[in-house]
Amino acid sequence: MAKTLVEKIWDAHVVKREEGFPDILYIDTHLIHEVTSPQAFDGLRKRGIGLFRPKQTVATADHNVPTLNQHLPIKEELSRYQVDMLTKNCAEFGVELYGLGHPFQGIVHVIGPELGITLPGKTMVCGDSHTSTHGAFGAIAFGIGTSQVEQVFATQCLQQSKPKTMKIEVNGELRKGVGAKDIILYIISKISAAGGTGYFVEFAGSAIRSLSMEARMTVCNMSIEMGARGGLIAPDETTFEYVKGRKFAPAGEEWDKALAYWKTLYSDEDAKFDAVLTYDAADIAPMITYGTNPGMGIGIADHIPATAAQPETEQASYKKALDYMGFADDESLLGKPVDYVFIGSCTNSRIEDLRAVAEFVKGKQKADNVEVWIVPGSKQVEAQAIAEGLDKVFEASGFQLREPGCSACLGMNEDKIPAGKYCVSTSNRNFEGRQGPNARTMLASPLTAAAAAVTGKITDVRELLEA
Amino acid sequence: MKKFETLSSSVVPLSIENIDTDQIIPARFLKATTREGFGENLFRDWRYNGDNTPKADFVLNDPTYSGKILVAGKNFGCGSSREHAAWAIQDAGFDVVISSFFADIFKGNALNNGLLPIQVSDEFLAAIFAQVAKDPKATLTVNLEEQTVTIEATGAQESFEINPYKKSCLINGYDDIDFVRSQTDLIEEFEKNKVFKFY
Repeated sequence: MAKTLVEKIWDAHVVKREEGFPDILYIDTHLIHEVTSPQAFDGLRKRGIGLFRPKQTVATADHNVPTLNQHLPIKEELSRYQVDMLTKNCAEFGVELYGLGHPFQGIVHVIGPELGITLPGKTMVCGDSHTSTHGAFGAIAFGIGTSQVEQVFATQCLQQSKPKTMKIEVNGELRKGVGAKDIILYIISKISAAGGTGYFVEFAGSAIRSLSMEARMTVCNMSIEMGARGGLIAPDETTFEYVKGRKFAPAGEEWDKALAYWKTLYSDEDAKFDAVLTYDAADIAPMITYGTNPGMGIGIADHIPATAAQPETEQASYKKALDYMGFADDESLLGKPVDYVFIGSCTNSRIEDLRAVAEFVKGKQKADNVEVWIVPGSKQVEAQAIAEGLDKVFEASGFQLREPGCSACLGMNEDKIPAGKYCVSTSNRNFEGRQGPNARTMLASPLTAAAAAVTGKITDVRELLEA
Repeated sequence: MKKFETLSSSVVPLSIENIDTDQIIPARFLKATTREGFGENLFRDWRYNGDNTPKADFVLNDPTYSGKILVAGKNFGCGSSREHAAWAIQDAGFDVVISSFFADIFKGNALNNGLLPIQVSDEFLAAIFAQVAKDPKATLTVNLEEQTVTIEATGAQESFEINPYKKSCLINGYDDIDFVRSQTDLIEEFEKNKVFKFY
């Protein structure tokens, strides 16, 4: 029977299927971090058991870590305690930890791929909704809660009902100044922050195929922002090329076996999806959000949709969002002053993101009214950026290259956007208070963020590229 | 996990759509390493001013409303996978959340903690809000065995869906992890026969 890619990988991981029960799904790799794991380790202690397969779990510290002076103890007491607790738990339970100071430390969704831990055909979970990032390799990867973290610790399995499948095709060529972040913000603006709920999404089409691995990660990363359990892309030569030679990737004879298997990982031509959506890449402009969920996005030259144009039951929530942002119906965002620019997060903190920003800002200066934070996704990204001299470019432009971590994406560590301030952010969520109490977030691509950094206001990056 | 059977209670109405987990429990309050105590920061930034004084117009600060059932607008619990959101709601005294749509991860987290998420139609949700507007003490009855929710004053009733396995876990207070651990032989068998052994 013809199968979708999701079905192929899922079915290869079912330990037990029984009518009326969720499947018992085998999990190849479990990634953990300091925030969503302590209660799960505690649960094991209460049960008097250890990890069933400790070698299949990898840990890092990312959410709570400062992005300046990482060699010093963490100043904030509770953050320090949580990070220390991870260290203690990993030692006690025999889990490999790439903690602060380790050359592999970084955002959990950045280090998995760069270390070759993320591989096509795997099942991967993490107590973090952006685990969907790993789907870019053709893996089934999704975020779980802490009770499920404990279940994977205890059994290397999860009880999961098989999700519905959706295919989203983006065909054609992207226009100048438009990238992966714009693609995914565009799709979410079309189908809403809930439009993918209950589905696993396969991204396909020529525009997706033409993306680099890092760009594919940006797309899959935000699958959860349309409510989808996960997103994935069938592996191809681009994938194999990226994976080959990475630290934990198969090598030698194992590589040949892997490749033979991975080449079977695609949706069969006549496989049935529960839903199919198709978009034209040429319709996508640089995107920006104006509201308080990632579905509230527009092309940067468009105007904010009117409240009256929303479904009646949604108008109150819509108005509340615009009020929070300090925006009004039908306004254009172009020219609006910006206070902060944050380039980082598991969505856009990889070396290609930093290269794109550096290339754009080289020889330009940041505007006086803006503070710019560039936060690499991992120690390896940071080292690479320095090796390429990107740090010098940033410094000359007045941008600050900080140390790796989740940083201002979620207002949990020291990097917060002050109340009422506007931040153009390459992260993934513009929820109220996400970057700090009453902070106002506008999600955009690294290029659009860089354009705001040099002009001090919301700017259509295409105009600067053409100049 | 405590057992769930039926519940009759007044409700706390929160007629806002797309309530995300950062509103339910902001990230800066996720630093605890135990499951307890998150309730005091439930809806923190809607509930308190910057100086920690309560915002009088927020429902949780309004003595008019109380009860063990939280009723919220569409797409409740979207955003992060933080189970702290379910813990916070439970810790604040709620046993049930009713909405016309739930985000997947939140729904799973709630069920794993014995917090019952009930998805009703848009119309029924509107009827609940209307009844509570009329009488803030309006009672709803949730019957998990029958899978029904009833507005007592009007007798209006709607059935809701729940995975039969999760239902039996809630009713009997079963633990998922014990269940899967009892299948260890099958798991080891699976490992021996993996499609691709390298993983």
